[in-house]
Amino acid sequence: MTEVLNIISKYAIPLILLVIPVYALAKGVKVYSVFTEGAKEGLKVSAMIVPYLVCMLCAIGMFRASGAMDWLTNIINPITSLIGLPGEILPMGIMRSFSGGGAEGMMSDLLTMYGTQSQIGRIASVALGSTETTFYVIAVYFGAVGITNVRHSVIAGLLGDLASLIASAVIVNAMWF
Amino acid sequence: MMNFIWVGLVAIAVIAGTVTGNIAAVQEALFSFAGTAVEIVIGLVGVMVFFTGLMSVMEKAGLCEKLGKAISPVMRLLFPDVPKDHPAMSSMALYFAANILGIGNAATPFGLKAMADLQTLNKTKHIATDAQCMILAISTTSITLIPVTVLALRSAVQVEGAAEVVGPVILATTISTVVGVGVTLLLNKSKKYKLENVIERERAAGTLTINEDYIGNDPIKL
Repeated sequence: MTEVLNIISKYAIPLILLVIPVYALAKGVKVYSVFTEGAKEGLKVSAMIVPYLVCMLCAIGMFRASGAMDWLTNIINPITSLIGLPGEILPMGIMRSFSGGGAEGMMSDLLTMYGTQSQIGRIASVALGSTETTFYVIAVYFGAVGITNVRHSVIAGLLGDLASLIASAVIVNAMWF
Repeated sequence: MMNFIWVGLVAIAVIAGTVTGNIAAVQEALFSFAGTAVEIVIGLVGVMVFFTGLMSVMEKAGLCEKLGKAISPVMRLLFPDVPKDHPAMSSMALYFAANILGIGNAATPFGLKAMADLQTLNKTKHIATDAQCMILAISTTSITLIPVTVLALRSAVQVEGAAEVVGPVILATTISTVVGVGVTLLLNKSKKYKLENVIERERAAGTLTINEDYIGNDPIKL
């Protein structure tokens, strides 16, 4: 299992890099100009992240420096360690359901604090990448057509988020720790 | 919600910092993390720009349509209430394909179109149908193959090993999607959330509104 996942991590992007441009060229797409034109969008997305990241990283950084983060993790560690999840990640895991930018800020904080290849850094990365911001998605898509009674959507979304958090811890621990 | 979380974080930090005598460190954290945040963004711009460029090549090459066709058998299983030739089927297939390929922002218009197409099959104006709940469950649990933002954030801190999480992310997101879809299928039929029961409850409460744009052959009469 670990081997398969490692192979996917190693070759997924190179494969995409080979297949897409070649296929597009064969289809007559002007690859270079389409690429550079589309890449401008990435600049916009990056610029949009700035306020969220500054806002969240400063708040989290202060929260950590004050010692309050240690209290919080001391309280939740005994519970989350049952599934092999370091308590440091739980705040980000909860934030994930509410705000994508907020969760990205919290993950950046974890990555700078503990390193990208630490247990915490890896679990946080997998957890952030494996789900979407439930409440944002519900607000945008149901809001657009005027749905106000969302039935069981919130439950399904949040259980999916919880599953992604647990799965991230289990997978990362099985692969590296 | 975010207002309370953010103000709570800052207020607790200041109060706890004063109590523990760490208030100088709290202040320093503000200044140093403001800088760190910008450094991280500068570090991620390159990766972000590269991948959005690649995504637009993918889109132009018609890979969305191709993938959409490939997943249509699964779609019929997940959306039994949507007629095979209804426009919602193709707009949903496009939306999922765009999501799988990771065309984040470009996927949103497809999703909105799919939702609007599904609304024509909704007897009520404001209660989500089974199909609408299903498309939501699939999008909130994410089906993206390459987590571009995560890779960009990781490489901003350290390039080495930035992509090592791609395989684990694909497995974890598959698990979360299976859970989200499973819960949706299960609760579709539960007493509390079954569409007919929800409609009856709203009718009894007098809050039910009929969708005039419903195109099916089984409209509700108030």
